[in-house]
Amino acid sequence: MHESAFLIGQVFNGISVASLFVMAALGLALSFGLMRVINMAHGEMLMLGGYLAYLTLLVVPGPLGILVAMPVAFLGAAFLGGILELTVIHRLSTRPLDTLLATWGVSLILQQAARNLFGAIGVQVVAPTWLDHTISFSTGILSGLTLPDTRLFILLVAALILGGVALLINKTRLGLYVRAVNQDRPTAAALGVNARLVDLTVFALGTGVAGLAGVILALLGPVTPTVGQSYIVPAFLVVILGGLGSLVGTTIASLMVGLFTALIEIYVDVSVAQVLLLVFVILFIQIRPQGVIAVRSRALEG
Amino acid sequence: MKLLELQAACAAYGQSQVLWSIDMEVEQGAAVALIGRNGVGKTTLLNAIAGVQKLTGGHLKFGGEDLTATPAHGRARAGIGFVPQGRHVFPHLTVMENLTVGLAALAGRKAVKESGIASHIFDLFPKLTQIKNRKAGLLSGGEQQQLAIGRALAGQPRLLLLDEPTEGIQPNVVQQIEAALRRIRTELGVTILIVEQYLDFAWSFAEAYHVMQRGRIIRSGSTAMESASEISHLVNI
Ligand SMILES: Nc1ncnc2c1ncn2[C@@H]1O[C@H](COP(=O)(O)OP(=O)(O)OP(=O)(O)O)[C@@H](O)[C@H]1O
Ligand SMILES: [Mg+2]
Repeated sequence: MHESAFLIGQVFNGISVASLFVMAALGLALSFGLMRVINMAHGEMLMLGGYLAYLTLLVVPGPLGILVAMPVAFLGAAFLGGILELTVIHRLSTRPLDTLLATWGVSLILQQAARNLFGAIGVQVVAPTWLDHTISFSTGILSGLTLPDTRLFILLVAALILGGVALLINKTRLGLYVRAVNQDRPTAAALGVNARLVDLTVFALGTGVAGLAGVILALLGPVTPTVGQSYIVPAFLVVILGGLGSLVGTTIASLMVGLFTALIEIYVDVSVAQVLLLVFVILFIQIRPQGVIAVRSRALEG
Repeated sequence: MKLLELQAACAAYGQSQVLWSIDMEVEQGAAVALIGRNGVGKTTLLNAIAGVQKLTGGHLKFGGEDLTATPAHGRARAGIGFVPQGRHVFPHLTVMENLTVGLAALAGRKAVKESGIASHIFDLFPKLTQIKNRKAGLLSGGEQQQLAIGRALAGQPRLLLLDEPTEGIQPNVVQQIEAALRRIRTELGVTILIVEQYLDFAWSFAEAYHVMQRGRIIRSGSTAMESASEISHLVNI
């Protein structure tokens, strides 16, 4: 295998890992930006999406099952997220520490519920045959490079979601209200914006996207009660790195974390890579505490 | 007809009470000036009417309806327009986007139809047309103030609350804003409750006044019956 092919392969891996991080982190970033809440149960929305994919494929087994599973997982996770917002997060909105603890509790409850319903070992979702190919190169400097279809699919889904959310935030009336509430909540409310409804919608949207990410996770490995946990830590890192609530920042930070992990894993093993990632994030935040993109300018703090 | 009625309204920041049993009425079509020294509670009172600040006691009626328990967005939709002290434009939104947020007050209103930003807003503030696509955070104080008033008007309010609209703005722009406020009254028929430090303008603009001191209204009257100089000792230090 040609060396550059190997490198390009790793970069590609990094980007597809980054796509997962983006989808996992998007909801966290959006709701942190708007409500200053940290939802510890966000990882379980990924898990829920995974199990919903599994269940959907039991009902719709054909090659198109996965395409049905995606809206199902989105709606299911958005619905659960909405309930979580209404029952827990909104009630505790003035007490961030309590929110952290309460959502952590919810996370444990959801994991246990999954264990009771589906068992601890996890369930398998088989990727449809149309995703069972790989694009491989056999000549030139790229010889030996193989790009699995599933990874291309992840990339496509992440790009569509990101584009969709960006359009929603920047081009629709709802998005305008989201930005207004983000910048000055009391004034937006005094102008007639129902800030509560905006909160609820954004939160549900964020958990819905996490549910979608869960479907993708299910294509890559078994869905277990704790599957969300392994993605939630990098997702938090991405949110911090990205500048707490910015869409562009979250995307860039996902790419940074994804590529960093994939490239460093060429030289060191996975657990060392995790440590180095943490060191990288800490150093980055030392140099640039506001993250990649500073959302809150001074004008907003006054 | 009474458009706005406050009955024994109280408000507090944590443990410290700032408004003490305020009674106030604003007649439909009137312009009322609220005056008083710094820190007496004028902003708190306006915020409480807009719903940005909670009432800890008393009642608020608007157009005959009790809105005491209605949240801020509901009051805006009922027809209370708000221009806060310090303008509070959305700094990262463009002028046009700021104005569009003002349309939120039209949601669920029967009497008015949403048809974009009404042209009379640009007519009142021609400057806004030129700076339509600029970010509001980059505008001058006078431009931001015109935007804040235009944004409130986009929601087609019946009552406009204005909190020191000429504070910290250069004199020639102050005149433009004052002229616009007169037109808002006469041409649009909007009722106005204004906090104003300049007694001269307050007297030439409003027909009724209320003086606040330490969270209470200590004197009210008609600007036609009394001269500003009789009141000025209550306002100036
Ligand atoms: N967020 C707040 N927290 C605590 N106290 C506050 C807060 N805002 C205002 N106050 C206090 O409430 C009182 C009334 O303030 P308010 O801003 O309503 O006065 P004002 O009449 O509008 O003054 P100014 O003319 O300076 O605008 C003041 O004593 C002020 O210190
Ligand atoms: Mg004030």
